[in-house]
Amino acid sequence: MKTWKLAAGLMLTVALPQAGFATDLEITHWWTSGGEAAAVAELAKAFDASGDKWIDGAIAGGGDTARPVMISRITGGDPMGATQFNHGQQAMELVEAGLMLDLTDVAEANDWKNKIYPPSLLDACTVDGKVYCAPVNIHSPEWLWLSNKVYNDLGIPVPTNWTEFVATAPQVEAAGKIPLALGNQPWQSNLAFGAITVGIGGLELWKKVNVEKDMEAAAGPEMAAVFQAAADARKLAAKSTVQDWNQATNMVITGEAAGQIMGDWAQGEFAVAGKVAGTDYTCLPGLGMNAYLSTGGDAFYFPKLDDPEKEAAQKRLAALLVSPEVQVAFNLKKGSLPIRGDVDLAAANDCMKKGLEVLASGNLLPTSDMVWSPDVQTQAGDLMVEFWKTDMSPEDAQAKWVEILQSGL
Amino acid sequence: MATSSRGARVFRNLNAKIAAIPMIFTAVVVFAGFSVWTVVYSFTNSKLLPKANFVGLDQYERLWSNSRWLISIQNLMIYGALALVFTIVIGFVLAVLMDQKIRFEDTFRTIMLYPFALSFIVTGLAWQWILNPQLGIQNVIREMGWTSFTFDPLNNPDLVLYGLLIAGLWQGTGFVMCIMLAGLRGIDEDIWKATRVDGIGTWKTYIVVIIPMMRPVFITTLVLVAAGIIKLYDLVIAQTSGGPGNASQVPAMYVYSYMFQAQNLAQGFAASTMMLLTVLIVLIPWAYLEFGGKKNG
Repeated sequence: MKTWKLAAGLMLTVALPQAGFATDLEITHWWTSGGEAAAVAELAKAFDASGDKWIDGAIAGGGDTARPVMISRITGGDPMGATQFNHGQQAMELVEAGLMLDLTDVAEANDWKNKIYPPSLLDACTVDGKVYCAPVNIHSPEWLWLSNKVYNDLGIPVPTNWTEFVATAPQVEAAGKIPLALGNQPWQSNLAFGAITVGIGGLELWKKVNVEKDMEAAAGPEMAAVFQAAADARKLAAKSTVQDWNQATNMVITGEAAGQIMGDWAQGEFAVAGKVAGTDYTCLPGLGMNAYLSTGGDAFYFPKLDDPEKEAAQKRLAALLVSPEVQVAFNLKKGSLPIRGDVDLAAANDCMKKGLEVLASGNLLPTSDMVWSPDVQTQAGDLMVEFWKTDMSPEDAQAKWVEILQSGL
Repeated sequence: MATSSRGARVFRNLNAKIAAIPMIFTAVVVFAGFSVWTVVYSFTNSKLLPKANFVGLDQYERLWSNSRWLISIQNLMIYGALALVFTIVIGFVLAVLMDQKIRFEDTFRTIMLYPFALSFIVTGLAWQWILNPQLGIQNVIREMGWTSFTFDPLNNPDLVLYGLLIAGLWQGTGFVMCIMLAGLRGIDEDIWKATRVDGIGTWKTYIVVIIPMMRPVFITTLVLVAAGIIKLYDLVIAQTSGGPGNASQVPAMYVYSYMFQAQNLAQGFAASTMMLLTVLIVLIPWAYLEFGGKKNG
């Protein structure tokens, strides 16, 4: 019934004024896990209902696999109608090279400037005063996901922060479970390290290093403590052998592992598995230590096409993605937070509410995708995956890490 | 066909020359031209799009101080040396065994060559499952009652290369065996008769007489196997994705990852130039032996 209302609302607000302009648009993205696919289906449904046609171009294997395909299609002269990127610096050069459609008129017509919250999301889409992308959700990577079942079976209370989690790890291990699930891909090690930086080091340190790019702080004793904490955490993840993030999440869902550091998109997997936040699993934003979240997320970019009809359809899609109805439908499925403050998420579950609270309190920081180039991110990922899977000393890792950050200054 | 005996040399065999143009074009423009372009742009600081902003040897300095690249090179050398020795030795021994006028030779040859028909992606995936502790060998043996048995090479940074090697050998030895067998069949029966008259044992004949006679076959095999090793990529992608950590990274993965994921073309170009250099180091001695050797011999 809800969907009918939604569809009806969409028909009235979006579709009617432009009826009769049905156009096919191919949209590429890397949303292929169960929860993600369900969320993308909402976007497709809304776009189809508005009279145009969503041609799905999902690319499996995660962003690291998908982005090269997308970029080579755009630079190689075979652009799609719209494509997902994490907003920030990933598509920066494409915008600078004039390959992306300017959405400023759509942004102004729909008052994105006042509607999109936090404003940093729109800033990340803006180059030289022009808007080039439509943000669709807020994702924050700094979450700790815990399996309540593992702790209930052991008869100990579910940890409420990272320190307790580490303290109870030996008991979890003694019961034959893996304390921390961690996928093998570089970005996951990088994400876990970033979350530990915010959780242990706190907001001040994070900003000093990543925003002000203070290299002395990066080499300093506070960061050394973070590296030490990461070195302790890697022992907890030693027996985790899966590759993809959703396989690691699945270990928490089935109770094979006690916890996972993963972004709030993990929630979609719990939802698909029919788990209830608060009773089956627990989520701790900022690892329960510092309730700060970085507000990254996904945005859609629209490559320039020669066809004016397609361009009109691209702009219709951009407006649709930011519209309140689509925001609610999409983000409930995706487990991410909406990009505007004026929508009602009454149906939000426990975890999303925690996220909304943090969002409302303004304890926000930019994501590393926004402050560092993909080059720095890749190098950091290479370092982190080596650090997490070998016995590299924290001191060596910190020295190499500072070198990597310096290459991006 | 329409040749006049007095026509200029250029027009002799005109049809053949016209037919060769596409291949010449491909060789000059695609292979040589683009390779040169890549080498030139490896001296720039190009990011996502190529820009002719030259920065000297910066990319190479960064490359050779990057631990992932150094691990990749080290892995390739260990894997390469082992794969080279084992494929050729096992391939030759299998070929010799096949050469003993056994029954069902065709059947055995088909079985041995079969893995070569599979792509590295399929090979890698199949061996990932076979070596997976929850699904494969370890699980089977544990279910047979030996519960403490542990065999998990793909998740151990020290053993992962050998896990790759098993899959690589399984895939490649059949092919080497076929080349070797063809070489063995090319040896004149009279040689065998002569050694028998002289009373030389079979194995000694193989080592002292036959192997030196098969020198060209061995050199060709060496080059084919070596070229395959340097471009090793898809097997690793399918079997381990370079993990655990960076323990099974290879240079081709570094190239891909920096050109496309890190949006740092010049760094990827620098790495691919180093790979090209390695291939040349393998190819030039071969060309010398193969073509220079004929004149002398």
